[in-house]
Amino acid sequence: MQSLTLGPVIYHWKPEERRDFYARIADEAPVGTVYLGEVICSKRTPYFEGDYPDIIERLERGGKKVVLSSLSEVVLKREREMLAAICETEGHEIEINNTAGLLDVAERPHRVGPLMNIYNDETMRYLASKGATHFSLPVELPAGVVGEMAKVAKGLGVGVEVQVFGRASLAVSARCYHARAHCRTKDNCQFVCEEDPDGMPLKTVTGQAFLTINGIQTLSHSYVNLVGEIAAMQAMGVSHFRLLPQRVDMVAVAGVFADRVTGRIDAAEASARLDALSMPAPFSNGFWHGLQGRRQFGPKVA
Amino acid sequence: MQMSHPSDPNPARPGLSRFLPPMPLFLLQPILKRVVARVARENPSLFNRLGPHKTARFVIDPLGLPFGLLLIPNPEALTFRAFNRRDEPASDARIGGKFLDLLGLMDGGADGDALFFSRDLDVSGNTEAVVCLRNALDDVEGSIAESVAGMFGPPGRAALAGLRRLAAKKGDPA
Amino acid sequence: MKRPELVCPAGTPAALRTAVEAGADAVYCGFQNATNARNFPGLNFTPEEMQASVAHAHDHGTKVLLAVNTFPTAGRFNLWREAVDMGARFGVDAFIVADIGVADYVKRTYPDIRLHLSVQAAASSPEAIRYYAREFGVKRVVLPRILTVPEIKQLAREIPCEIETFIFGNHGLMVEGRCSLTNYVTGLSTNMDGVCSPAADVHYDKQADGSVTTRLADFTIDSFAPDEQAGYPTICKGRYNAPNRPDAYYAFEEPISLNLSGLLPALIEAGVDAFKIEGRQRSRAYVKSAVSAFRKAVDSILAGQEPELADLIALTEGQKQTEGAFKTKKWR
Repeated sequence: MQSLTLGPVIYHWKPEERRDFYARIADEAPVGTVYLGEVICSKRTPYFEGDYPDIIERLERGGKKVVLSSLSEVVLKREREMLAAICETEGHEIEINNTAGLLDVAERPHRVGPLMNIYNDETMRYLASKGATHFSLPVELPAGVVGEMAKVAKGLGVGVEVQVFGRASLAVSARCYHARAHCRTKDNCQFVCEEDPDGMPLKTVTGQAFLTINGIQTLSHSYVNLVGEIAAMQAMGVSHFRLLPQRVDMVAVAGVFADRVTGRIDAAEASARLDALSMPAPFSNGFWHGLQGRRQFGPKVA
Repeated sequence: MQMSHPSDPNPARPGLSRFLPPMPLFLLQPILKRVVARVARENPSLFNRLGPHKTARFVIDPLGLPFGLLLIPNPEALTFRAFNRRDEPASDARIGGKFLDLLGLMDGGADGDALFFSRDLDVSGNTEAVVCLRNALDDVEGSIAESVAGMFGPPGRAALAGLRRLAAKKGDPA
Repeated sequence: MKRPELVCPAGTPAALRTAVEAGADAVYCGFQNATNARNFPGLNFTPEEMQASVAHAHDHGTKVLLAVNTFPTAGRFNLWREAVDMGARFGVDAFIVADIGVADYVKRTYPDIRLHLSVQAAASSPEAIRYYAREFGVKRVVLPRILTVPEIKQLAREIPCEIETFIFGNHGLMVEGRCSLTNYVTGLSTNMDGVCSPAADVHYDKQADGSVTTRLADFTIDSFAPDEQAGYPTICKGRYNAPNRPDAYYAFEEPISLNLSGLLPALIEAGVDAFKIEGRQRSRAYVKSAVSAFRKAVDSILAGQEPELADLIALTEGQKQTEGAFKTKKWR
């Protein structure tokens, strides 16, 4: 399914888990594009950088297009160098998640990731004139705004991608909240985030499941699920649909979305099939409706 | 909305009562009316800042005083009246605090956030309306209290100065 | 020694006049709408007030920096364009912007007016800052509050524009311009609506034992014992439970304010061109105290004297202060 994409793994999965995950994606998941790379924490990369050539080869053998994702927080020398190196890559498209990359990429073709602030067509037009070919929009954008941007994107001949599955990234920070929870600092974290392959849950003092911590990133507790909106998105010209890897059966998730994108099943059936996968968190689609992101609205809410 | 409030957390207030002797409410009402009419006349932009909260009903609860105050900052039907604590009117928002803190807040002399951070102010109900009222009052330059006190001539100013001295005294319950 | 500009908050015309009187070199302010990141009820300037306030500031030799620092969504760009046009007409000294589209509009339309890069743009590396300088002619960057003083010093050598750092006020923990926490809970967005923990969704629930629970919409943010210092329910300053933290803890940061009064000489030496005091949502009383104190401190330092610092602690959140990331990398 060419218009279905798999976002980067944002959690700190063990190298062997990552290899197994991508092997299965390569063989079984009906996605056209796979974004690969560390987006959250530069300290994690030595763990699996060495595996990338094999993973890329495997994915490409499975018929997937591989796009290299880059860091969202770029402050330290190490991070700046990592970003510059990715921006010089040849042979693969890259996705930029920090403005520093716009300098490094020097107007060569590139994609713009969901952690960049692309809120309007003026910004989109400007970046497209400097080599951006594809925009993954911020997760908080409501349908009306996405529609406006998709219209302009069509005229510009660039792709527009919306996250349709997985936790919403709500904030990033210079501080590591995983380390903080374990009374450590970022420099001395001992990779404690590895203990939480689907993120560390934060509950309120009254016991409500609320947020999820992933190192420097804060995510929603709920999983965004826009399977009910696929037809509307196709009508407004959204060209790609992104699934963000969670610790669930992503091949099954991709299968449901692929069936919905091709129209083999309707929204109700797609929703029912996702519900049957018994996710560890509730679904939400509030951002898409321009309301509280945490909320989940039925098909009638516009 | 929370309507209950502590009975009297500050019974010993000898200093304050010297300046604000218990007064029958019916004597207080015309004074309050003049006060609010004057503030409104001199600061018309205040109401623009209040926007949709012009019609909100604010109960102001000066802890330790024998009465509470109801404020509806609607220029069309301006209301500022005292009520007996036994029959508190319905409100959209409630601000409780020591009289001098409330005075300071109204006056631009105190920082609402600082008072709140230190728990000296107690806000319940429509917090947005309270924040909006605070921001609107903060744009009123000069001292509202000063100008109110001025309405009552030298005795008014003396009373205000007395109140301020009290406030300045460390450890004073007010 | 370079004389740093003292940049002060003005949430209302009265606060602006207070800041001018207290010795601000520049004030920053915004219109009464979503075009700036402090779009709070009862705050900010009507066009008429802005015009009069710019004139007042200029009469006293104070600059006015107009914050147009949120992210317009497609279909609403005109509101931001109008804010910029009005600012230009009123003669503001600079625009503080975050959105690339808005920066491009200013550059094309008003090439002679200075462009400052808002902290909301989160430019935290020489490359990011150089990008904005090269593309839009940005003259000054407002740095995120995440760099140590030595890092700022190093950065200053690598960028072609001025540096403004926060020295006092709210201590934001998340990368500015990248936070949708408020939108997740309330449906109002920091980036799109200029709102953070909107008061309309704030609730203080007093319990029978005198403790207070603070709530933002449906989520409990914190709970305070009767004698405990309270904080405004901001999501990133709340207390939560994690699997290995059965007792509620400040998962992000405790309610605390930034106070760099002790680091001013080091910051000047590092090459900082402007000091920013946060707090457009705070009162005139706050503006007066903070601006006066820092005016005196900066003047003393420039005169080669030991700065005398008034106690600013009463103005700080939770009445606690920190030097945050500026002091040590361990903050991260």
